[in-house]
Amino acid sequence: MKHKIRIGCGAGFSGDRLEPALILAEKGDLDYLVLECLAERTIALAQKRKLQDATKGYDPLLERRMHSLLPLIRKNNIRLITNMGAANPVAAAETICQIARQLHLDIIVAAVTGDDVLPLLSGTENSIETGEPLHTSGKLISANAYLGADALLPALATDAHIIITGRVADPSLFVAPLVHSFGWSLDDTERIGQATVIGHLMECAGQLTGGYFADPGKKDIPDFANLGHPFVDVWEDGTAIFSKVPGTGGTITLATVKEQLLYEVMDPSQYFTPDLVADFTGVHLTQTGTNQIQVVGGKGQQKPETLKVSVGYAAGFIGEGEISYAGSNALQRAQLAGETIRQRLSSSFSDIRIDYIGSTSVHRTSFGHHPEPYEIRLRVAAKASTSTQAALVGEEVEALYTNGPAGGGGARKYIHEVVGIVSTLIPRTQVQSTISLYQA
Amino acid sequence: MKIKLYDIAHSRAGDKGNTLTLSLIPYKSEYYPILCNQVTVDSVKQHLKDIVSGEIIRYELPNLPALHFVCKQALLGGVTTSLAVDTHGKSLSFALLEMEIEVNL
Repeated sequence: MKHKIRIGCGAGFSGDRLEPALILAEKGDLDYLVLECLAERTIALAQKRKLQDATKGYDPLLERRMHSLLPLIRKNNIRLITNMGAANPVAAAETICQIARQLHLDIIVAAVTGDDVLPLLSGTENSIETGEPLHTSGKLISANAYLGADALLPALATDAHIIITGRVADPSLFVAPLVHSFGWSLDDTERIGQATVIGHLMECAGQLTGGYFADPGKKDIPDFANLGHPFVDVWEDGTAIFSKVPGTGGTITLATVKEQLLYEVMDPSQYFTPDLVADFTGVHLTQTGTNQIQVVGGKGQQKPETLKVSVGYAAGFIGEGEISYAGSNALQRAQLAGETIRQRLSSSFSDIRIDYIGSTSVHRTSFGHHPEPYEIRLRVAAKASTSTQAALVGEEVEALYTNGPAGGGGARKYIHEVVGIVSTLIPRTQVQSTISLYQA
Repeated sequence: MKIKLYDIAHSRAGDKGNTLTLSLIPYKSEYYPILCNQVTVDSVKQHLKDIVSGEIIRYELPNLPALHFVCKQALLGGVTTSLAVDTHGKSLSFALLEMEIEVNL
């Protein structure tokens, strides 16, 4: 049994950059590399892709990431843990094996399944957000339960080089290798609480090392373009030191770690995961060197009896149109255009949003700050039940070219299919995870 | 004198459905009591009245030190169905930092 292990986080969301993961795999001296690539919305979209093609439904960047990473993780004996399986971990495992064969690499992949609980739901369960039955939101497309570290442990006990999952709570991707390596008990609320803090800090990758932090002159970040992703050294007693590969850009300071500790947290004394209810109020941070932060003091209480389920439903379409106005009186011309569009569309849409980008569009206010902008982009958006209806929005905005105020330019139109997300709870005992092994 | 929160603190926004979370972290720990005194639930509610229509809860974290605000009904329905430009509300950390407080620095 090891006394210290090192885990790197190479991706914090599906669209994350590839290079930092390659640097971690090459120079990070890692035991484990985690790629966290699954958001609430992403898995519902993946379920739709799987419905269209049963061999798809995994992360769209899987092939690209694996082509570059497989040789490095085999050469450096790193185990890879990722939720890139999304709606189809089995198809993802088979795809990884195909890539490994092309690269003449021996690879064993363990796929973790069981998070897809759509067949278990009737639609009459209540949504956490609205209190209403799920089916009142719209046609249900997907339902994925958040699995915990316990679902990954059987896979870690095999010889698999890669563990690929669908919906697993983000911190659990890190809790599992810690529990596996140190033989911690899943009932040890102190160890699992600290492991959950570690996982929560790591899960957004670059956000710990100065990504999403820089504010020139106020919070300057060195060599920002080459931002490195973090790794963490964890000792058997749970002590953790976060750092990054020397020579990479970015920074790890008390400030970057504090921002990430509270990111997307509701009550910091009760952070719900499938592994336990973690408590961040005793977390203690110390700068122990350049780009080195020690974290201790995570704790928690017994795991909840229910698992959270993220439910995707068909929410229709959004139509959008944009056009720009510039020079003298730009805002007033844009406002005339916006009000004209509102009149032309109001009989077809119940909910129309008009934004004057460059004035008040992002925060819905400018806190009384009203400089005259040189240029303004008008944006119109509305919800529709069909794509044909949604297209009307962009069509009316485009028609401003010959039917609107003077000098409008650069019209663009878009239609998005919308997958809504609500949540519900399911008894833990109803959710059974399984693993299956694939070999190349 | 009046200063903006931006001058003494930093923040990151997060989203959970229609709920916005905002950390507020002083650059120096000696500013923490000033934030506790002046950045109250009521003052934040007033400052963000055009953005947050639901309840605001404040958590104190003297261990960091930092404050944390959970703002309900703040994201026009939430990331997937909102008609807003910034559907996550990720830029709203800088809306909080626009708030003015009175200090004797």
